[in-house]
Amino acid sequence: MLNGGHLLSVLIFFPAIGAAALMVLRGDDHKFIRAIALAVSIAEFLFSLAMLRGVPIGASGYQLEEFSKWISAPPIHYHVGVDGISMFLVLLTTFLTPISVLASWNSIQHRVKEFFVMLLMLEVGVVGVFLSLDTFLFFLFWELMLIPMAFLIGIWGHERRVYAAVKFVLYTMAGSILMLVGIIWLYNATGTFDLPTIQQALAGGQLILAPRTEMLLFLAFFFAFAIKVPLFPLHTWLPDAHVEAPTAGSVMLAGVLLKLGTYGMIRFCLPLFPEASRRAARWVAVLAIIGIIYGALVSMVQPNLKKLVAYSSVSHLGFVVLGIFAFHNISMQGAVYQMLAHGISTGALFLLVGMLYDRRHTFEISEFGGLSTPMPKLAAFFLFVALSSLGLPMLNGFVGEFLILLGTYQRHWGWAAWAALGVILSACYLLWSYQRVFFGEITVEKNRTLPDASARERWILATMAVVTLWMGIGSAFITRRTAVAAQTVIEQVEPQRAYEVAAPADGGQLRSVSATSAATGTNMERLGVR
Amino acid sequence: MLPQLIDVQRVLPELIWCGFGVLVMLLQPFVRSRQFFTFLALLGSLAGTAAAFTSLLHGGPGFFGLVQSDSFSFFFRLLVGTVAFLVVLAAEPYLEREHLPVAEFYALLFFATAGMGVLASAQELLTGFIGLEMSSISSYVLAGYRRDSLKSSESAMKYFLLGSFATAFFLYGIALVYGATGTTLLDKMAGADETSTLLKLGLAMILIGLGFKVAAAPFQVWTPDVYEGAPTPVTALFSAGPKAAAFALLLRIFATVPAATKYWFWAFWLLAALTMFAGNLGALVQTNIKRLLAYSSIAHAGYILVAFAAVTSMAQGGSAEAAPAYAAVLFYLLSYALVKLGAFTIVSQLGGAGEKSLSLDDYAGLSQRQPFVAAMLSVYLLSLLGLPVTAGFFGKFYIFKAAVNSHLISLAVLMAINSVIGAYYYLRVIVVMYMREPSAEAAALGPVQFPLGVNAVLLITFVGTILFGVYPNPVINFILRPSLLGH
Repeated sequence: MLNGGHLLSVLIFFPAIGAAALMVLRGDDHKFIRAIALAVSIAEFLFSLAMLRGVPIGASGYQLEEFSKWISAPPIHYHVGVDGISMFLVLLTTFLTPISVLASWNSIQHRVKEFFVMLLMLEVGVVGVFLSLDTFLFFLFWELMLIPMAFLIGIWGHERRVYAAVKFVLYTMAGSILMLVGIIWLYNATGTFDLPTIQQALAGGQLILAPRTEMLLFLAFFFAFAIKVPLFPLHTWLPDAHVEAPTAGSVMLAGVLLKLGTYGMIRFCLPLFPEASRRAARWVAVLAIIGIIYGALVSMVQPNLKKLVAYSSVSHLGFVVLGIFAFHNISMQGAVYQMLAHGISTGALFLLVGMLYDRRHTFEISEFGGLSTPMPKLAAFFLFVALSSLGLPMLNGFVGEFLILLGTYQRHWGWAAWAALGVILSACYLLWSYQRVFFGEITVEKNRTLPDASARERWILATMAVVTLWMGIGSAFITRRTAVAAQTVIEQVEPQRAYEVAAPADGGQLRSVSATSAATGTNMERLGVR
Repeated sequence: MLPQLIDVQRVLPELIWCGFGVLVMLLQPFVRSRQFFTFLALLGSLAGTAAAFTSLLHGGPGFFGLVQSDSFSFFFRLLVGTVAFLVVLAAEPYLEREHLPVAEFYALLFFATAGMGVLASAQELLTGFIGLEMSSISSYVLAGYRRDSLKSSESAMKYFLLGSFATAFFLYGIALVYGATGTTLLDKMAGADETSTLLKLGLAMILIGLGFKVAAAPFQVWTPDVYEGAPTPVTALFSAGPKAAAFALLLRIFATVPAATKYWFWAFWLLAALTMFAGNLGALVQTNIKRLLAYSSIAHAGYILVAFAAVTSMAQGGSAEAAPAYAAVLFYLLSYALVKLGAFTIVSQLGGAGEKSLSLDDYAGLSQRQPFVAAMLSVYLLSLLGLPVTAGFFGKFYIFKAAVNSHLISLAVLMAINSVIGAYYYLRVIVVMYMREPSAEAAALGPVQFPLGVNAVLLITFVGTILFGVYPNPVINFILRPSLLGH
């Protein structure tokens, strides 16, 4: 059961050590503090790369597990492990953290030390959530990351930051406390908090939950995750939190924290409550599709650039939820891929919006216009990222959306048809907003003299762009590794309809998929550009 | 029959506390040194607490079954003794600042602590009554200890009038129970006719009397005024000590009198639900930190009553089934006492001369003026809120678990809703401390000094809060012992 040392514990607690080190340092040497934070987060990223070696392609089950006793009564264990899905989500987290540190280099000028402490503590919570295999431990990290995020929004945010921070905490807590009741209920039914043990008991038939109990438990978990995603109509905290958060907060929020919700659905809702998941799937899918279209429509009419990106998250995460609840191998793979792709593209979009804000201190689209003249480099990066977000083939967004639609179509063509509307709409709002911000005449005098991207900003954006491109071309690197985990979840939720494994040999298959659909992609693009 | 040595050993902590109380009073006219009395008070509270170990070693019923010295009473003696010790540490600078005499304060504190000890170990109703009176009467006086303050006098008066009214209920209840069963010994009531109206009525009256002491709705209205008016170290004592002791007696009545568990399920269900909502909704609109914490303590009494409802629901299947629910109450009281002591000590220190700075606005930007104090107060508040890595989280977790165990899902959900309501006002304090700029005059005043004693209190409560939040095993293993109650 146990192999491979303590890599995962190191991953969870290393940022905490870094944060503690920062805390005892003197607070007035900002340069030094930033350097330490950057060093810690980069080291964490390098550590996390070691997981790629620890998780063999095609291996099923959890890898690199660590298991030790913690609380005696009731028996709670420190149990962590990783599979194909959580591995990439951890990599996404450890990748975005140094980026966030870099993005905050100049824009955070007061209470610098506390800022980086909070950022690192946030990383601890998020990585802990992804790696926990004990429901109690999962809940613990889930609650733990709440406070740093609330502080990031509430102290370093914009005007209505306090309102947004409190709203964020209350929304999340409302869901998570119910989840705690669910976790304890599940413990009562099973006698353990250990996730793999519960899964085995369910699979082996030793444990059968009454339909009503199962449904209530499903809802207790699902509610918490749906708030986090956020699924329509529980999304109202998101625009506030995003608009008020500092750039690094937005990047982490959109890039990683939203994925905790969808990750929870994959890890808990589907495998533990398959029957309830199947019964609820139709309703969840409807909500997801409403979210896709609603989020896109609201984005279209947003006068505020950051809010526009925030609502686009509602739309994109709707795709992920749809992909999960279509219970199809390919759509599940797509959902995982879309989670990663959205983390990169939307993270990059927030970075760009933050850079514009640093120059002009506003998010209003009407304040911009014609920016490509004073800042051609930034404009180029923005276009690149926007295209990846709207799903241009060869870039990361396309793979996820396409796989989701492909898988969903095979289960229910109507769902796929409605969801495809979201792809078109996303092209509309992204390109239209790009046009209004970067093209046309310069309407505001101040904009004429704005500086172009600095060296630091170019490095950040180039890194993001490289990853975007790599994920679009080399998607097989990821899908080969997530295939088994995705397949396992599908088998758990629909044992009778298990599809043939689409991996590890399917890297090529997926590549051909990208190729055949290039035509569809260009059509969409044409529609969007008009 | 004269009491044997073993009887004395079984009530040794209370004897020591009473003895030190008397000693302080006798020495008061002769010794002028404040330090001397503080030293005596620290020594006495520690000695009594240490004596709890002797009582545990020589456990068993004492004085013909009037008291019971078991793990249960040991736990509460340790708790109230530690509370007294910490209150002395926190009160010394306060009394100095407010120019109040120390000796009487410590003497009253000793008597109150002894009363709580008696409450926690009583196995007979009249003994319980004596304990209740000892702790209450001392509390009335302590509440009005700032004689020149109108608010303090009002607090004492209110507490006294309502408190004696509640005590009358309690006493009347004892009379009725005695009439129905022919005994006041709890362990002799097992054979009594459980359907007797007299018994039910008597038990209901006892519940009202104790309900007042723990501030359960609808008997909670006194709490905010009394907590606000009393000197802050006394408020810290009120929220930690007497409440725990009253809960202890209530718990012992349950564990030993079958009739009590049988009829009280719905009473507790309703009390718990009402108390949670009364506390949390009341706290939402408070702008005075002491009142806010007072309402929060009502809410927390409600959470503890959830565990009581679980006890009543479980106990029908035998008391072994109910053990986790008892443990939940005990653990919660411990975590709660630590946190409330720490929080009120900070409030007491920041209040300044005459307790003038108690409004939330006075806490604006505290994180910049006094980062450590703000961080500690935040940890206490997060523990009250029930976030992980604090003792409060495990307290809440065990209560949730007890409720779900007893299939009280609806009550668990109500508690979940209340936790979220509670989150709002705890966060509000944190928001004010961290996300608002300090007012000009507060910034001009500079940081408030925290003397050594106060820092010691903060350190102990802080370490306890985190320690039991990361590793609650020792406490949990102790209070889950099958021999917790009786021997």
